[in-house]
Amino acid sequence: MKKILYAFLLLLISGNAHAALNVFACEPEWAALTQQLAGNQANIYTATGALQDPHQVQARPSLIAKARSAKLLVCTGAELEVGWLPVVVRESGNSAIQPGSSGYFEAARYVTMLEVPTRLDRADGDVHAGGNPHIQTDARNFLPIAEALSKRLIQLDPANTTFYQQQLTVFIQQWRAAIAKWEMKAVPLKGVPIIVQHRGFPYLNNWLGLKQVAELEPKPGMEPSAAYLGNVQNELQQHPARMVLRAAYQNGRSSEWIAQRAHIPAVIAPYTVGGTPQAVDLFAMFDDTIARLLAGLQ
Amino acid sequence: MFKYTALCAALFAPLSAHATIDEDLRAMREQIQQMEQRLQQAESAAQQTGRLATSSEGSFNPAIALILSGTYGQFQQDPAIPATGFSMNPNNTGYLRSFSLQESELSIAANIDPQFRGIATISLAPEGGISVENGYVQSTGLGNGLNLKFGRYFSGLGYLNEQHAHAWDFVDQPLVYRTLWDNQLGEDGAQLKWLAPADMFIELGGEIGRGRGFPGSDRQNKNGAGSGVLFAHLGDDIGIEHSWRAGLSLHQTKRENAASDNVPDLHAALVSNRFSGDSHTAGVDFVWKYSPNGNFRERYLKLQGEYFRRNESGTLIYDTAGANTSSSYAVTQSGWYLQSVYQFRPAWRTGLRYDRLDPGTPAVGAANVGNVISNYAFSPSRLTWMTDYNPSEFTRIRLQLAHDNSRQGLADNQLLLQYIMSLGAHGAHQY
Repeated sequence: MKKILYAFLLLLISGNAHAALNVFACEPEWAALTQQLAGNQANIYTATGALQDPHQVQARPSLIAKARSAKLLVCTGAELEVGWLPVVVRESGNSAIQPGSSGYFEAARYVTMLEVPTRLDRADGDVHAGGNPHIQTDARNFLPIAEALSKRLIQLDPANTTFYQQQLTVFIQQWRAAIAKWEMKAVPLKGVPIIVQHRGFPYLNNWLGLKQVAELEPKPGMEPSAAYLGNVQNELQQHPARMVLRAAYQNGRSSEWIAQRAHIPAVIAPYTVGGTPQAVDLFAMFDDTIARLLAGLQ
Repeated sequence: MFKYTALCAALFAPLSAHATIDEDLRAMREQIQQMEQRLQQAESAAQQTGRLATSSEGSFNPAIALILSGTYGQFQQDPAIPATGFSMNPNNTGYLRSFSLQESELSIAANIDPQFRGIATISLAPEGGISVENGYVQSTGLGNGLNLKFGRYFSGLGYLNEQHAHAWDFVDQPLVYRTLWDNQLGEDGAQLKWLAPADMFIELGGEIGRGRGFPGSDRQNKNGAGSGVLFAHLGDDIGIEHSWRAGLSLHQTKRENAASDNVPDLHAALVSNRFSGDSHTAGVDFVWKYSPNGNFRERYLKLQGEYFRRNESGTLIYDTAGANTSSSYAVTQSGWYLQSVYQFRPAWRTGLRYDRLDPGTPAVGAANVGNVISNYAFSPSRLTWMTDYNPSEFTRIRLQLAHDNSRQGLADNQLLLQYIMSLGAHGAHQY
């Protein structure tokens, strides 16, 4: 019996002995970016699915097991994962990915944060001290993050420096061209008034010039009451909006309610890679986001 | 109209033309200054965010959290009556009749240095008095899947044992936890855990301690360790919607002069007894969680169950205040619960739990056969239903109804209303 147990354990352990850089990505967009920058050199595990609210993820045993063998953790930061990541990292017993070590990468550190609260009070709902963490909705944010992430990959795996540098150059080139293309396409969206279900799009609004006139949550993270939605509907008569926008992982109840009564389309943004069937990679994610917003205008 | 002509005249006058250019220049200068100011502001803001974005727990200040909780209870029977066959076990229900404040929990946590993290949970009892519920140090830099914890902590055995009261899915603990672990086994000692480097979650752990919490009887002025725990956990995902964890635990301690009062005997009296001997407990636990698309914000279903079996053998002194008769005593007590919680929409959950205990049939030495009850022919059980409303992750308001059949002939219908509020820093929750 003992022999069988040992053999079983050995099998489990050996199954993991692979030379590639093990990367634990908190959200699919960072897994996709790491994939762009590290190609086959990285063995990437994505902790959350595209249809999961990244604020509310369980610190599952599988996550702890995957974090145990990771060399690099790529996450949003800015407290987005504060409800689960600290437990995963602590329980993993992996000193390489503890906060502050080179294996702990927070994308939010490399971009200019929006909506940094001037007062921290839970009466304001689920606010994040570091600013709004949904940075992945502005394509321009990926440029500084990619550069920083590439540097981190080189630091952890110096043997493949040239490879990572090449990957970065190619990515930056393609991404700049793509941004120019997206901005051209998105010109009709400039100044378009929209409603958002959750305060999750300030970076997108800032980038494409969409004008957010209302939110469907009375306070960030709080479910709206019927009375609150009624107020929003009344306000819409004075400040009409063209569409109501939500992330793919969000339940459509309140969006659909407003959309029906205000006779405006409810638009779903993929929000991350895999959020919609079209958003198969980072490029397709923005293609699809802009296509859906433009479709909402018609 | 007059204004208009005056303006026209002024425009055509060469002197005032000079003035306009000057004004324009001044306006431009002002604009440039404003732009510079804005740029500076943006720069300093960017620097600030750079600092803020590092997730540290409040720049050297520890994370401080306070849990406030209270209940309203209505029972047909006195909550102080223990479950049949478990009068030598603890019966700390944690609630009272009418309105009552529950324990307020103040917890403070911070990294100590790159190697250690410290956590203290101070419990403020409603009747007054302060106790240290948890006060431990945890290693953060050992690596190799090793985690060392020392100080006062909740033992890693079972599934519910490590969870703090504010995270429980019901107002109270299952009967098996209440009777076999005094709700939660708290230990003064050290715990070492090792996580196997595998794709699947395989964790092995061991603890040694002084035997502080029940069934331990503390280390009465003796060197060495008074209790030991071994546990193993397995866990994984099945697709993105299912996850599970299963565990096996062993606990052993030596009980010395463990006193119990108000124990019913065969002469229909209540006496005080004392037990000394070995205590061995084994337990299995499992939890399974399901959520459509793995999105726990919307809906989830959680199913969990645990079973513990304890074997104790040693010497019992019957009626220490009177007869003071000593004899051998051995008993196997066990219990289990099965519970399920369903979040049917954001902010709303409901749950059902079934509890059962087996007091066992004690083998009593000849001297006490006529004194000590050894056959109860009754298995305590309880059925509990709860629903709770969580308007934010810091607020929980709960209604719990239970049909308690844990005391023979004293079936009880129980109603509990509870609030749990958390103020300040809110740490991540365990699985």
